[in-house]
Amino acid sequence: MTTHYEEAGTRETTEGRVFTVTGGDWGEVVEAVAKADDERIIVNMGPQHPSTHGVLRLILEIDGETVTEARCGIGYLHTGIEKNMEFRNWVQGTTFVTRMDYLTPLFNETAYCLAVEKLLGITDQIPDRATVIRVLMMELNRISSHLVCLATGGMEIGSTTLMIYGFRDRELILDIFELVTGLRMNHAYVRPGGLAQDLPPGAVDQIREAVKLFRSRMHEYDKLATGNPVFKARLVDVGFLDLAGCLALGATGPILRATGLPNDLRKSDPYCGYENYDFEVAIADTADSYGRFLIRLEEMRQSLRIVEQCLDRLRPGPVMVADKKIAWPAQLAVGPDGMGNSLDHIRQIMGTSMESLIHHFKLVTEGFRVPVGQAYAAVESPKGELGVHVVSDGGTRPYRVHFRDPSFTNLQSMAAMCEGGQVADVIVAVAGIDPVMGGVDR
Amino acid sequence: MSDGDIPATRTEIPIEVVGSRQGMFGGRGTGDTSGFGGLVSPIVLPGPSSRPYGGWFDEVADELEGALEEQGLDPADAILKTVVDRAELTFHVRREHLLQVARTLRDDPALRFELCLGVSGVHYPSDAGRELHAVYHLRSITHTRLIRVEVTAPDADPRIPSVVSVYPTNDWHEREAYDFFGIVFDGHPGLTRIMMPDDWLGHPQRKDYPLGGIPVEYKGAQIPAPDQRRSYT
Repeated sequence: MTTHYEEAGTRETTEGRVFTVTGGDWGEVVEAVAKADDERIIVNMGPQHPSTHGVLRLILEIDGETVTEARCGIGYLHTGIEKNMEFRNWVQGTTFVTRMDYLTPLFNETAYCLAVEKLLGITDQIPDRATVIRVLMMELNRISSHLVCLATGGMEIGSTTLMIYGFRDRELILDIFELVTGLRMNHAYVRPGGLAQDLPPGAVDQIREAVKLFRSRMHEYDKLATGNPVFKARLVDVGFLDLAGCLALGATGPILRATGLPNDLRKSDPYCGYENYDFEVAIADTADSYGRFLIRLEEMRQSLRIVEQCLDRLRPGPVMVADKKIAWPAQLAVGPDGMGNSLDHIRQIMGTSMESLIHHFKLVTEGFRVPVGQAYAAVESPKGELGVHVVSDGGTRPYRVHFRDPSFTNLQSMAAMCEGGQVADVIVAVAGIDPVMGGVDR
Repeated sequence: MSDGDIPATRTEIPIEVVGSRQGMFGGRGTGDTSGFGGLVSPIVLPGPSSRPYGGWFDEVADELEGALEEQGLDPADAILKTVVDRAELTFHVRREHLLQVARTLRDDPALRFELCLGVSGVHYPSDAGRELHAVYHLRSITHTRLIRVEVTAPDADPRIPSVVSVYPTNDWHEREAYDFFGIVFDGHPGLTRIMMPDDWLGHPQRKDYPLGGIPVEYKGAQIPAPDQRRSYT
């Protein structure tokens, strides 16, 4: 075994000896380090590591079990979405942004569409039903995102039950997404001007059932984690970041609210009619990972309240803006084989109306033009402020789209949270930030 | 015609042309025989607004200009123009004074823009002398306000002072804008690439950087790469 490690496990470089640890051979590394004259060890955690939430690379300088310096290496999931969007039309943009932070697709889509609608000047013309369904879907998405955060965070500290509960309950929401949008993720459901399609029959009943079921299961998280001494021992006072630190580093969302500042764009800068919903902003005063966990738990409860209010508010009506120069010509229909154009629409353009056919063709191949200018729209995503900066040169394609993804900004605070702490606490702190690399790297 | 009938001279509003568009139907190279193919129309960004800006915009502009004047800086020198468009307030700031303006926006009790929402680069190759724009969004939690600060730099000298000393959150954002646009943020503690590999050549989100991609064969037909496809502008 020792000879194996001598041959394959180490490499001499200009920066010193580099060990490749594959698991189970830590003893040999420790032994070799004890013999070395330099006590400074730099551990590369990731980009392939089960507890780094995807392809995040953590570069930790450690002294024994203490982290003396911590840095992030990102960019492993950079796919050039922003650049690609400049080569697609405005509607196609939603299919790209939905893949950014893949756990909060409906927030990405809504933020992008709000910005495009602002540029088009049609913010006031979005039908009520479309706005209510956007809120409904976003709040369901908030729950599913928080559940993944709790589940993966739990798994990383050894609580596999929390993981199984979290993913089990997330399925309830993904089933709803599949019913409504046709897909479990990458929906492209929210479109500039409204929605791709209306809620299918039976959706309202299924959402009500799911809300009821999920509410009856919420106490399991409390029972399993909230008062659990082992869970608390891992989370309390870990990943501390106070208010001044949060604002300096631009951290928003649960990290900022865990310092006691009730900053939530849904209250402070309402969009999509959030001022008309009755809900509370969850806060904590501990500024640590445990506070962030409690906030996420409470936000799920508040989201359930908003979802129920949305269901009560749903009134029949259109889900796309009336302006036929912007609205996608066809309402999509979910057929037995998945998604497609509604048969009524096909019948109209192919059989009865030449004008409709031309119109359909122009909008689908060219797209609509957006007046010159720039706009910024922001929504409160589960991770914090998700901002979209959109620039148009008056053409059928975005001139520039920039996403201020909360994961990207929040991840900067990792160093401030982890330096001086234990190696094991790095995992907890990063899980508390809840970065999703799809959003960080875009 | 009497003198009273002559309308007053219109005040000249400087316009910001960032490019031009050819033809009328957005298509290219399709042999447009309609005669409209030769049409050239400029792309004009919203120009400077005149007072009153409306709502709290005037208050913020007054406070900022007043605070800069107190510091011995001529507001007209630091703020090139103020644009109100789509209910958003934008200050175009001369790059030499960005740091002072940012510090004032953060620290002045009447302004208090505590939270910087990063910087977004935009490349306008046709905007001669101001090809690179850096766009900052600042949020005031105290006053629940949002403003935009825009700074430009020429391609020949792509330098903009770093605001990391005022807003540490811009550390990664500035690295991103450097990586994608080649804007050099003077005074940044470690301006390295953040998304692309360290040895990458070029800055991918500049307009002169091609998208790339390869044609895909689908059922015997070639589908060109996205930037080679027929498109309408």
